[in-house]
Amino acid sequence: MTPPDFAFYLFAVLVVAAGLFTVIARNPVHSVLWLILAFLSSAGLFVLMGAEFVAMLLIIVYVGAVAVLFLFVVMMLDVDFTSLKAEMTKYMPIALLIGVVILMQLGIVFGVWQTSDIAADNVAAATERFGGASNTQAIGQLIYDDYLLLFQLAGLILLVAMIGAIVLTLRHRTDVKRQNVVSQIMRDPKASMALKDVKSGQGLQ
Amino acid sequence: MEGFFSSTLGLLVLGVAQAGLILSFVMVSLLFLVYADRKVWAAVQMRRGPNVVGIFGLLQTVADALKYILKEIVIPAGSDRTVFLMAPLVSFVLAVVAWSVIPFADGWVLADINVAILFIFAVSSLEVYGVIMGGWASNSKYPFLGSLRSAAQMISYEVSLGLIIIGVIISTGSLNLSDIVRAQDGNLGLLNWYWLPHFPMVFLFFISCLAETNRPPFDLPEAESELVAGYQVEYSSTPFLLFMAGEYIAMWLLSAVIAILFFGGWLSPIPGLPDGAFWMILKMAFFFFLFALVKAVVPRYRYDQLMRLGWKVFLPFSLVWVVLVSFFAHFELFGGFWARWAVGG
Repeated sequence: MTPPDFAFYLFAVLVVAAGLFTVIARNPVHSVLWLILAFLSSAGLFVLMGAEFVAMLLIIVYVGAVAVLFLFVVMMLDVDFTSLKAEMTKYMPIALLIGVVILMQLGIVFGVWQTSDIAADNVAAATERFGGASNTQAIGQLIYDDYLLLFQLAGLILLVAMIGAIVLTLRHRTDVKRQNVVSQIMRDPKASMALKDVKSGQGLQ
Repeated sequence: MEGFFSSTLGLLVLGVAQAGLILSFVMVSLLFLVYADRKVWAAVQMRRGPNVVGIFGLLQTVADALKYILKEIVIPAGSDRTVFLMAPLVSFVLAVVAWSVIPFADGWVLADINVAILFIFAVSSLEVYGVIMGGWASNSKYPFLGSLRSAAQMISYEVSLGLIIIGVIISTGSLNLSDIVRAQDGNLGLLNWYWLPHFPMVFLFFISCLAETNRPPFDLPEAESELVAGYQVEYSSTPFLLFMAGEYIAMWLLSAVIAILFFGGWLSPIPGLPDGAFWMILKMAFFFFLFALVKAVVPRYRYDQLMRLGWKVFLPFSLVWVVLVSFFAHFELFGGFWARWAVGG
């Protein structure tokens, strides 16, 4: 077994095991931690496929930001998880049904999987087009040169979603104390404090 | 010998040996960093600092480390045992892992990967987990508050850190740290380095690094006047040692990153003098000195000030800077001052 093979099996087993434990862990915080392990292992799989840029993005975006928010929310939640677990048995049949359906679909897809004769040529042509540039450069060229308009549109949609979320949740509460940073910075030391030279043994009046 | 070092086993031996070399460099420097930090702190407050163990107290850290290791590990009764013990390990291991991509001199790098700067960024964004896990697993109020603070703080400052890095990447056209240093090479010595074209960003980056490593004036996760010691309250002996070592190693790493991104890594500041790892380590030591100095002279920020600084000052400023730099670099204005593409363009 060559080192890449070993790494592949290691990461693959880790992804599956971590995914399983995400579902069956009793403590929701443990679930999130297992989920993070699953993300990290799949980043390892991406590296093995030669997609190092995607792997790093996966870690930075999903593990570094999204999963932190998950953890944040789950830790702050005050939910009685034993009652939730009890309810889980009620929905178990539906969950199993969905699981079986997805498994069957995957089975069908991979059962009739065929590789076209020109597929290898297409991959080679795509690599040739970028003249052996690294993944990062190739992705950059695709996004910012070839599909700039679509990329900008996607950004615009995200911007609208962000503004919408802010508008929906923004409220000005009058019953909380607010810090006015400008007035704090503009405060004049002469108006609020005095420097006194205290002689020893005399004190201030 | 040639044949052996290109076989699988030989590569493995070579990799482990190089990793060991870097690890021993980091660990040995750690001993003296903690000492230097305390000495600088003491000097600012007109104290002597550690001066009893060894000559000038140089072995104080060794004595402290031994003490930590020999003490009993106390695990709180209501804590989550596994996560509690894993948290310091996460924080220590991640801090060490990032060193694998740091170039000390031309070619002196363990893993010369294409996305090195992203790798460092990814690893430093993972470091928040050590703090969150430690705070949560302690099952106690102060650690939990400290960990929540740190989570918000580290995510906020990562955003501006990332944007500042993008400016440098645009100037270089590569994510490889060695390429970034090579792009700063020139006939003018230190005037060729990126601190000049990216001048305001050097300060922003330095301040963001302070926030990212939870150093004063941004040490709110462990603010002792409000939270006792924040996420570290329940930790004792070796786990605490790992937390502290992780913090110092992360700081030492960020000193190296500042030296590479803005101050020319291993390049010599004066044209004519030879380049080498010596310069790199000198620059790292200088930035660590600045980290230590800031700890001693600046009072702690209030939490809302910290968040305001990150989101309302640093983020817009670095965003505008990225746009400006892309403009300058694309049209190669000012004689290509901002465009030093090592590869392609």
